[in-house]
Formats: sequence, structure tokens, C-alpha cells
Amino acid sequence: MPERTATIASRSGLHARPAALFAEAAGEQPVEVTIAMQGEPADEALDAASILSLMTLGAAKGDVVVLRAEGDGADAALDALVALLETDLDAV
Amino acid sequence: MQNFQGVGVSPGRIIGTVRQMPKPVSEPPSGERLAADVSPEDAVAGLKTAAQAVHDELKGRADSASGDGKAVLEATALMAKDTMLLKSAAKLINAGSSAERAIWEAGASVSEMLHNLGGYMAERATDVLDVRARIVAELRGVPAPGIPASETPFILMAEDLAPADTATLDAEKVLALVTSGGGPQSHTAIIARSLGLPAVVAAHGVDLIPDGSEVFVDGAAGFVAVSPSDEQRAAATAWAETSATLAAFDGNGTTADGHLVPLLANVGGAKDAVAAAGLGAQGVGLFRTEFCFLERDTEPSVDEQAAAYKAVFDAFPGKKVVLRTLDAGADKPLPFLTDATEPNPALGVRGYRTDFTTPGVLERQLEAIARAASQSEADVWVMAPMISTAAEAGRFASLCAAAGIQTPGVMVEVPSAALTAASVLREVGFASLGTNDLTQYAMAADRQLGPLAELNTPWQPAVLRLVQLTVEGAEQEASGREGGSKPVGVCGEAAADPALAVVLTGLGVSTLSMTARSLAAVGTVLKTVTLEQAQELARLALTAPSATEAREWVRAKLPVLEELGL
Repeated sequence: MPERTATIASRSGLHARPAALFAEAAGEQPVEVTIAMQGEPADEALDAASILSLMTLGAAKGDVVVLRAEGDGADAALDALVALLETDLDAV
Repeated sequence: MQNFQGVGVSPGRIIGTVRQMPKPVSEPPSGERLAADVSPEDAVAGLKTAAQAVHDELKGRADSASGDGKAVLEATALMAKDTMLLKSAAKLINAGSSAERAIWEAGASVSEMLHNLGGYMAERATDVLDVRARIVAELRGVPAPGIPASETPFILMAEDLAPADTATLDAEKVLALVTSGGGPQSHTAIIARSLGLPAVVAAHGVDLIPDGSEVFVDGAAGFVAVSPSDEQRAAATAWAETSATLAAFDGNGTTADGHLVPLLANVGGAKDAVAAAGLGAQGVGLFRTEFCFLERDTEPSVDEQAAAYKAVFDAFPGKKVVLRTLDAGADKPLPFLTDATEPNPALGVRGYRTDFTTPGVLERQLEAIARAASQSEADVWVMAPMISTAAEAGRFASLCAAAGIQTPGVMVEVPSAALTAASVLREVGFASLGTNDLTQYAMAADRQLGPLAELNTPWQPAVLRLVQLTVEGAEQEASGREGGSKPVGVCGEAAADPALAVVLTGLGVSTLSMTARSLAAVGTVLKTVTLEQAQELARLALTAPSATEAREWVRAKLPVLEELGL
């Protein structure tokens, strides 16, 4: 299964506005994307399009997360979402 | 024509269209099952449709909002169609639960999870509950809870408003507030005065006025009329003109004969303080420091507190700023200080008393205050809330001295402190009467209860007598020593009522502190009486057999109130 790691760049972590922007973008992808903290088992990964899941994940600035997806367009979707995580969304 | 009489809590005469605030969404009964003729698949699909509708409504509101409000609405909209929430609800539906009960329980568990994470996440926990209530309302086909969204300005009618409603109350859209419940000290009254909106509370029956009706509201007289008369239309037009002239306070609180009564502002943070300074406040008579602590799981650091306090002090260089130390408990619970399981929180460990059970927080706050004061030009006074005895006052003064704070004082809001004011004031430099709690405790009447509204007014002669006793205690304390008597101010809502402000001045109160919006009205009325006239009106109010008569008798001698529509 294609996967990517990304380092959270937003100052407030994956909360508040950054979480909303990321969840919305994940929901717009053609494939289902999951998110987990690096080192967590893949079957405990959460739905990346769920703002509530993102909030309970509690990823802070500098934390590394793993994104996974499967199917047509998975690679493109992951690349787009990694780029988003590695942008400081609090500054946008 | 239909008339309603309530209690006027914020002046203004206005005509507008009614929008009723929908009743809070009731909890679907525990164990409510899916109806026999609905399949779980259909119920899940129905839930998704309702969730989408709630999402679209919130998203639409987010699009027309700006700033912090926009971000919060966008996040809340996403929660409405969140897969985590909907999947756990779907599981419950498949196990036979009704859709309403399923989303209710799913929302509760997600909200608890967020609450347990603390910090920012805990603040969002209530948003999940709001979304859940909206989805249930959508499933039931009833209006969404909360303040109605509207393109055009309206008069908001409700049973009562909660503190949380303030955040969504758009002062550009709401012309006036009218509630069937609540009392003069209720949150509705406080919100209305701080926003400068005309308001009437405890007007029984107004919740039955249909949406869209045209009504006249008189926030001074406490009067609401459906289908306004020509006279009422003229009164509303006249108010629009007077309110413009009442908008400015010249920054000089005085009676007609030059007896100075500085008019100060009640503030909750730097933003309020800057606004109050702009409205001519001669200083701050009550700086509530709770804003620094509320919605937090842990105590803010000394540095963080000092920076927040300094921001308020800096709005009033060279002027007096009276800071109240943390007043947690009762209606302002704090997880790290107060015990939510107390059977009687208003009589519990609150205000200064939290220092009995959680020592250290107060000392660190005093350290932060002293540091902020040393870095600013404001004349900083510090008072403790809920002081009951001279011994407590003495101990607070020594804590202040140890922190390097020059002017310690106490709030007089427990009747025992008023009755022993001379001994209490021997220990500290000043006293400030908190009339909201003083009234609640003197009358043994919960501030928030509509049915007790008549008891819960500072016009009660018993409350006025406690004010007088405090002033007399200060005079007694001063006899036999050098210097005059120590200052006794008022910082409760009573000071914002222009007629009552005159009575308080007559009783010998030295400063009046109020929501900044009321400064101009109080200042204007105070200038129309001499000190001797104010003293005469104070005697009149004290001898009245009831609060209603005290108010009527005093108002009858102050024709300027009627002229100005106050």
C-alpha cells in the first residue's frame, strides 16, 4: 500500500484551522486516506478526512505522521496531502 | 394590541420584528429504538441527509462570517458530516437504536474524548454537542437551536440566554433582547448592558408572541407591546435621537454642585479596557481576572498572567485600576480550583475561599499583579472577592504586602462584611460593593432564577441599608485617626442604573464602576442633582417598604429619566 511520511509544519499542530483545512482536502481525494503517528500500527490508523479523528490524534508541530491510501490516484493524493501537512497552515 | 410587563434591565425604546429563539433540543429518551417500519439502512441514510443539511447550513454561515468566528464555524461544519461521528452512530443504529438516540450517544462519547484531551480540544467538545443537537433538530424537523440566523435585524425573544449565546449574538442583527425568564442579574441582562441593547427580562408570556410580529420594547420601563401605537412609534424615533447624544461621557463624574464621583468601568480584559478608555472611563473599578483562567485545565504561568494584566493597566496610565483576584466557583467553575460536586456552589468554596483548599494560586496571582504593576503607570489597587470576616481581610492584606502590593482591599458582597465593615476596613485600604452577589445573599435568592426576579434587585431597601452600613463602617473606622475615611465604591450592576447611581451617591459611595456603555447615561443624570438632593433621594429609598416603591419614588423625583427614556 502506498504510504508517505510528513512532518507537521503548522505552528498550532494539527488542530483548529489546519485540521479543518487538511480534513477538507483529504475528503476531496478520490481515495480513502488514513493517518497515523509514525510508529503506530497501520490498522490503528484514523480516517484523514475526519476532523474529529485528527483532533484526537493530537499531532503537534514537528511530529511525524504516516499517510496511507490504496487504489487509483493514491500516489497523487498522498503527494498533495503531504505538501499540505508540510506547509504552515496557520500562516495561510 | 397585547402588552407584556417585565423588568427593564437595559434602557432603550425600539420597534422591530420578533424572532423567537428555539427551545433547546431535548435529549432523545435513553434506549429509544428504531421504529418497526424503518430499516437500519434507511435510518443511516436519513441521518446522513440530516448531517449534510446541518453541514451546509453551518458552511453557509461560515462563508458570510469573518475572522475567528469563520474558522470556528468551518470546523463545526466539518464535524457535522464527520466520518468518526457518523460511523459510530451508524453502528448504534444497526444495533437497533433510533437515529436521534444514536447521534446523541455518538456525540456524547466524542465530546467526552475531546474533553479529556484538555486544552484546545476540550474547548471544541461543546461544538460537537452543538452539532449533535442541530442534527437531532433536523431529524425531528424542528428549528435549529441557538440564536436564529437572519438577514435582517430583529428583536430576539427567548426563555433566557446562556453565557455561550453571547459568542453567537451579532449586535448588528439583534435590536433588543426580551426574555420570559431570567432576572435583573441574569446573563441576559449583563449581555444586554455590555452590548448597549435595550432589554426586558421576566416578561411572562412573551415566548408565545409569533415570529414576525412587530413589537415595541421599552427597556427602561420593562414594557413590551405587540402592534405598536403611534405614540410608541414616536417614542422609538425620539429614543434614536437621544441615544446618539447619550453615547459620549465627558470623563468627569460629578453632581450638579461639584461633588466628584469618579465613574469607572468594569472590564474583563485588554480589549474591554481600551474600549472603556475610549468611552471616557475615569479608570477601572472592577478588572475581572477570570478571563486568564477560564476554559483552562491548568493554572496559567506567572509570566502569562503578568503580560495579560499589564495589557489592561496600560490602557489607563496614571489612573486607578482596581483588580479583583480570581473569583472562581459557583457560576464560574475551574477544574483545577473548584469542586463541581458541591451541593450548594453559591455558598461553597468560591472567590477568596479557594485559597483555603488550593493554596498557592492566589499568591502566584499576586506576584504576577505586582510584577505587571511595577512595569506600568496605572495606579493598581487589588481586592479579594467573597470576603466574610475581618480576619480574612487581614490575611489578604498580608499576602498583598508580601507580594509588594501597596493598596489591598476587599469586595463587600457577603452581608457579614457589610455588617462588620469597620473591622474589615481596619485591615485594608478600601472596599468595593459587589451589589449582584450582595443582593443574592441578602435576599437569599439565586441570581439566575426568573421567579425570584422581584427579590433579586438592588433596589431592595435591605440591600441599600447594607450599602449604607458599609459607608458608615468606613466612617467609624476613620474616627479617632488621622486622614479621611477609606473609599467605598460600588462595582455591581446597580451602578449602571442611573437612578440607583444617584441613590448610591447619596448614601456616600465614593466611586461608581459599571459597564462602559452606561457611563454616559449615569454621568448625564448625576449632573442634574446636587449632593443634598441625592442624599434626600437615598433617605427616601431607604424608607420605602418595597423595592418597587423605592424605585418608583426615586424615579418620580428624577424627571430627567423620563425625558431621556432611561
